[in-house]
Amino acid sequence: GMTRPEMADETLFLLLHNEMVSGLYRAAEHGEGENGRCITKLENMGFRVGQGLIERFTKDTARFKDELDIMKFICKDFWTTVFKKQIDNLRTNHQGIYVLQDNKFRLLTQMSTGKQYLEYAPKYLAFTCGLIRGGLSNLGIKSIVTAEVSAMPACKFQVMIQKM
Amino acid sequence: YLPFISPSASMHLMSSELFTLTYGALVTQLCKDYENDEDVNKQLDKMGYNIGVRLIEDFLARSNVGRCHDFRETADVIAKVAFKMYLGITPSITNWSPAGDEFSLILENNPLVDFVELPDNHSSLIYSNLLCGVLRGALEMVQMAVDVKFVQDTLKGDGVTEIRMKFVRRIEDNLPAGEE
Repeated sequence: GMTRPEMADETLFLLLHNEMVSGLYRAAEHGEGENGRCITKLENMGFRVGQGLIERFTKDTARFKDELDIMKFICKDFWTTVFKKQIDNLRTNHQGIYVLQDNKFRLLTQMSTGKQYLEYAPKYLAFTCGLIRGGLSNLGIKSIVTAEVSAMPACKFQVMIQKM
Repeated sequence: YLPFISPSASMHLMSSELFTLTYGALVTQLCKDYENDEDVNKQLDKMGYNIGVRLIEDFLARSNVGRCHDFRETADVIAKVAFKMYLGITPSITNWSPAGDEFSLILENNPLVDFVELPDNHSSLIYSNLLCGVLRGALEMVQMAVDVKFVQDTLKGDGVTEIRMKFVRRIEDNLPAGEE
């Protein structure tokens, strides 16, 4: 595809993210560091980053009129900042569950679309689950975020709002 | 607390901090995983190397720079094109060795360390060590074996951040880079 100058920092982030995933699993295989908590570590790193991103932004949450407004912000501004595109589809049951669908998730587009790679996909989603959870946390919302891939490179992030 | 900024301005701010924040989260995690700073430094260097061997392709595609004829040209490209492109800064090039095989990059400010303070018990940590690996890995893919290290660091109280680069030898083989 075309490479625009302003996309250079995106490449750097993508490469860092992928190396973080590889590096953690490689270290775990060699018995370095703690074992078997790679997904948790990636999610926690994403959480810190999500918090940090929102912290630089306004804390004036009065600009959001309700929970749905905040979720739309995540789907548009937040997603565009991180992944240079918006969420393609947002659904909700209006009872605290939201499903965010990204049809061409940037962290998966470099992976082959063969079914045999589906088992690796969760590793590449954990950081982003944390990112969403961290961003929401700093906007005053406590949540649980999970993700699933049915067909690469499309994936869905499920956000369950927790009553505080 | 920042005053309310326009959505587009704030998006730009967030975007330029994504890498810095992610890097900070990585270093924090590595400090938890490894007991001593030396091991963290090694991990950062290794990860940087793996990033560098891939980054070079992206760089060559974006920048259209031709083959460098000597180490001085290489230094110019690194400082004025690569650093600018990926980190938004242009380090100055100084302290050339008489043989022309060693130079320093001086970073007045290092974007990786915005808002970072080294806690007391990590005095041996080379926070930005990923950069050394990236440079080493990228240059290896264009047939140059180099040594890269930090010799000054604002995080440690120095006035500037200084990266020393030394040309070791030309790599004649065109074998694909392995993972480290």
